[in-house]
Amino acid sequence: VEDCLAKKMEITVSEAEKRTGRNAMNMQETYTAYLIETRAVESQSEGQCAPVDSLWRRYSEFELLRNYLSVTYPHIVVPPLPEKRADFVWHKLSADNMDPDFVERRRIGLENFLLRVASHPVLCQDKIFYSFLTQEGGWKEMVNETGFQLKADSRLKALNATFRVKNPDKRFTELKHYSDELQSVISHLLRVRARVADRLYGVYKVHGNYGRVFSEWSAIEKEMGDGLQSAGHHMDVYAASIDDILEEEEHYADQLKEYLFYAEALRAVCRKHELMQYDLEMAAQDLTSKKQQCEELATGTVRTFSLKGMTSKLFGQETPEQREAKIKILEEQIQEGEEQLKCKNLEGRDFVKSAWADIERFKEQKNHDLKEALISYAVMQISMCKKGIQVWTNAKECFSKM
Amino acid sequence: DTSLAEVNSFSPSMPMSPSSMINKYKFQDEPELRDLFITVDDPESHITAIETFITYRVITKTSRGEFDSSEYEVRRRYQDFLWLKSKLEEAHPTLIIPPLPEKFIMKGMVERFSDEFIETRRKALHKFLNRIADHPTLTFNEDFKIFLTAQSWELSSHKKQGPGLLSRMGQTVRAVASSVRGGVKNRPEMFTEMNDYMETFSQKINVLDKIAHRIYKEEREYFNEMKEYGPIHTLWSASEEDIADSLKGVASCIDKCCKATEKRMAGLSENLLPILHEYVLYSEILMSVLKRRDQIQSELNSRVDALVNKKTEKYLFSEEIGKLEDKVECANNALKADWDRWKQNMQCDMRSTFTSVAENNLRYYEE
Repeated sequence: VEDCLAKKMEITVSEAEKRTGRNAMNMQETYTAYLIETRAVESQSEGQCAPVDSLWRRYSEFELLRNYLSVTYPHIVVPPLPEKRADFVWHKLSADNMDPDFVERRRIGLENFLLRVASHPVLCQDKIFYSFLTQEGGWKEMVNETGFQLKADSRLKALNATFRVKNPDKRFTELKHYSDELQSVISHLLRVRARVADRLYGVYKVHGNYGRVFSEWSAIEKEMGDGLQSAGHHMDVYAASIDDILEEEEHYADQLKEYLFYAEALRAVCRKHELMQYDLEMAAQDLTSKKQQCEELATGTVRTFSLKGMTSKLFGQETPEQREAKIKILEEQIQEGEEQLKCKNLEGRDFVKSAWADIERFKEQKNHDLKEALISYAVMQISMCKKGIQVWTNAKECFSKM
Repeated sequence: DTSLAEVNSFSPSMPMSPSSMINKYKFQDEPELRDLFITVDDPESHITAIETFITYRVITKTSRGEFDSSEYEVRRRYQDFLWLKSKLEEAHPTLIIPPLPEKFIMKGMVERFSDEFIETRRKALHKFLNRIADHPTLTFNEDFKIFLTAQSWELSSHKKQGPGLLSRMGQTVRAVASSVRGGVKNRPEMFTEMNDYMETFSQKINVLDKIAHRIYKEEREYFNEMKEYGPIHTLWSASEEDIADSLKGVASCIDKCCKATEKRMAGLSENLLPILHEYVLYSEILMSVLKRRDQIQSELNSRVDALVNKKTEKYLFSEEIGKLEDKVECANNALKADWDRWKQNMQCDMRSTFTSVAENNLRYYEE
């Protein structure tokens, strides 16, 4: 972790810009490009500062990077990207991708993603990642040249397909349940939080109506006029204060969202293991059946029913030469199969070992981050209450002077 | 024609001179010297073959000499309160008689005999009687005394006496006939100002009433969502180890905030909403008091106009005109004094209500 990229390089996603261009089907499209700035971290001596390098990337390139990392490091819980489309919106928030608030929050999310990758002990060393940050042109081609798409198992795309694994690893099964629970509970929480935000917005904004009426009423009052007028002003302040409060809360929501998506990444690792285990069991099963076949051919006994066996009985048996040939092929396949199985077993053990190391690392990070997020949420609430106390103290003073 | 004589509790048959009337109506409210204490409580449902109705217990405690006893307990139904109000309006057409809660509420989902409705009404009836008790003139009204002290059968028989339905209808017809658009002739500037003020006040108080209800509604919706928010954190803590305690802590905080929100809502519905509603009704009452004053004035005006047209019989009208002029002056003075008093009370009520709204919110945020 000492050597991770984040320690050697300052990374920021500093700007977002609207662009127009032509897409793959030669149709005009509008998209947002993000400016990635990097600077080598030098020891602060005499104010020497390394020059800043920068390049522009769009969201789809971030997606390509993440897909590459997911496929290339299947045992790693790969940091998630900020959401593609605005979800869990409450009414004031825009669901439009081009909305400046959404773009701003996405900019922060993308920077966060890069920092997460850069501080990961394994991922930070990846060359493709480094090029993403530093090499403007030809990066896409470079990624595609790695051929990672071929490695990607299409079976993983079917998220809910089950692989019947005979001997599942209990730890991974538990972890998968946990990731499902985490996803479900965080999305429920985010949905309700959005509704609570909506209602809170309503309460604050309706108080703004006081301001106008008090002002109009104060015009016909002599003694009460001043008190009413100034109280109305405080009601306006109160109503306006909710905008900042809820904007801050969006950051909290984004922190939770990150772990909602992290839960998906965690689940993906479990699925990959499941698939590995399934392939291993299939390979072992295949090997066993081939061995059996071989044995049957060699000894002439049929222990298992097979159509071939029946047809050979019906249409005459094979010649000894044919049988020998078959046995030879099978023996070759069996040898291959045994080596493959050995490989797969080794792969499996390595996967479990390194996956579990990363999972432990992830757990610690998650606990730390979520605790910090909850604390910052509490701090936000306290600040909101303090603002409320201030406004109503002022209002009370005005009312008492009426 | 019974409208000539000012019917009041001091001298039922002799009209008083304007100057002594002015003195009478300059009375200030002195709550510390209150000697009449009234409570309205214990709503009870009565079912007969014809109808179902609610009675309320009215308890009066007093040290006044003119009351035979120092404590009274009677039961009254809404109809009885309506009767009292109309008697007071009859006796004092240009005094500001406090508002009664409405017959039934059209808006909202409040049922006619729901607990919420009955409680709101009870509080308003309690307010109504106490406002009368605090009024320097109305507090000595004979019908008011009977209302507080008479047993139900006594009240029924007393109600049957007095000016019948016809005379009251006559007054209403006159009122309709004489409501001139743009105000009556010779109206003193002060009453035009009052009218203008009341028009704006009425507008604003109605809007405020709506705003307050809207705030209550928004707070309730917020509360409903918050109720669901806390338990999710508890559910989440079941899947966690390290952060389980933090999550449970957040859940309990949110639940406490929920309770604080409930209190905040209660404060609104107990304090601000009833007062604003009362003043919405008051603004209607004041508009009609101003109309009644105009009506009395227009009686005078029409008689004076008649006089101008029939110069030869001038001496016949002068006594009548004199009485009408006195009547107008009394009405004006009564209204002026009561208006000043009403404005003082309104200011006081608004100040204390809105201050308590602020205190309510302070308590909420502090909790």
